[in-house]
Amino acid sequence: MLEITELVHSYGSHRVLDGVSLSVAEGELVSVVGPSGCGKSTLLRSIAGLIRPSGGQILLGGRPVDQIPDNLAIVFQDYSRSLFPWMTAANNVALPLRRRGLDRRRRREAAMAALDQVGLADAGGKYPWEMSGGMQQRVSIARALAYRPSLLLMDEPFGSVDAQTREDLEDLVLRVCAHHGMTILLITHDIDESVYVGDRVIVLTRSPARVSADLKVDLGASRDQIATRQLDEFVRLRAEVGRLVRGGSTTATTVLEQH
Amino acid sequence: MTHVATHSVRSVIRALGRLWLVPVTLVVWEIATRSAAQPFFPPPSAILARMHEIWFSGPASHLLLTDKALDDFGPSLARLFGGWLAAAALGVLIGTAIGCSSRLADYLDPLIELGRAVPPPLLVPFFLALLKLGTPAQLATIVFGVIWPILLNTIDGTRGVDRQHLETARIFGFSTAQRLRQVILPAAMPKIFAGLRLALSLALILLVIAEIFGGTGGIGYQLLYAQRSYLYPDMWGCLVMLGLLGYLLNSAFLLLERRVLAWHRGARQTN
Repeated sequence: MLEITELVHSYGSHRVLDGVSLSVAEGELVSVVGPSGCGKSTLLRSIAGLIRPSGGQILLGGRPVDQIPDNLAIVFQDYSRSLFPWMTAANNVALPLRRRGLDRRRRREAAMAALDQVGLADAGGKYPWEMSGGMQQRVSIARALAYRPSLLLMDEPFGSVDAQTREDLEDLVLRVCAHHGMTILLITHDIDESVYVGDRVIVLTRSPARVSADLKVDLGASRDQIATRQLDEFVRLRAEVGRLVRGGSTTATTVLEQH
Repeated sequence: MTHVATHSVRSVIRALGRLWLVPVTLVVWEIATRSAAQPFFPPPSAILARMHEIWFSGPASHLLLTDKALDDFGPSLARLFGGWLAAAALGVLIGTAIGCSSRLADYLDPLIELGRAVPPPLLVPFFLALLKLGTPAQLATIVFGVIWPILLNTIDGTRGVDRQHLETARIFGFSTAQRLRQVILPAAMPKIFAGLRLALSLALILLVIAEIFGGTGGIGYQLLYAQRSYLYPDMWGCLVMLGLLGYLLNSAFLLLERRVLAWHRGARQTN
């Protein structure tokens, strides 16, 4: 689905991405984790076609990304700057569907269905500023769902909400995306989260970013906030990702694997 | 219900508390002008009586307006709104174009700085020489005078659209028209409205100036005519009428703004 080879990007003389290679298969949820400021957002913006990387290649569905792909959606961290405050929630979700060639009534129906899936069936007429942060982020997720992208990018999507809401949203994304069989690349700096939501975790090094590990998460398809986090496999993976993010080398991985 | 009732009673009391100065000023004005007994300063009661006589003693079917009122205010208001609306259309159009294109901004910025620095009343003689006496020259004066706050605020507003809102529009493939109508213009609307309000009060000032210098009718011309004919209550009537007009225009505009920008007030209160 998504194939990135030796991606390099520099801002002036400052190198941010230093040969990042990764791939995401159809229907997979891959989390990318790394220390703050390591270039995660640059990676995401390159995939989205918002910036042109200095080097390397990005293939989305076999086609190189040289402009903004028409089958891609993003959920940004800062929902208040991504949702349009002058539109109701339903209109925020429905507006992008114009390009899908749906008429007004069909757009409205699709928007209401997507809002229903994120638990906001009654909030279509509300404006974003009339909602809590968690609800606003649900609207952004509904907008992405209704758009039916072949790849969904999420940039620290739960970074601006409280802990309880964060867990609710993590489960919401897991449930809804499994239901639709969506392909997701989720960027986060939260080690726990990267393991909890991911089918795979890709760990980036400190800036300039390279891939330091690509770990398979063997926790099964259904996850539970309490039970999953107690599993030995979860604890082991979290510790490993933690060491890698904190700048530990691959030797830590080797040591762990010998146990 | 009782909560709503006490709330509305309280807001009425608060409004009265603010308004008490108006009758007090009128009474002081009345006493001062009566005791001075100068023909240049007629008492407000005489001004109001004169205003009633010349403008507001018409038939009920015309909302009490006399033919003279329609003759005096009608053309003036038409010029005022015509000029203001034309300036709004031009200002928003050009402002959006400049706000969205930095290349255009580089070319036009010096011209704009020059144009806005010219005091608009000085343009009356210029437009009188250039255009026909009367409405064309007056409209040109108003449009050229009031376009600047609209233009500059539109440039500022369309330039200041949040980057992430623009990126969201790009990601979801909005067409150029969609981006303009659904993202850039709504985001710039609070600034544009601030410019429009400023322009409206400026338009009233320029209307009077244009009518005084190059007019054959309208409220500004009446003001000049009354002053030259030593009709002081008439002259004062024009002044009071202009004051009332300015107040009414501003209040009506605020009402409109409150409706159109309801989202903006809401968003600001919660952030």
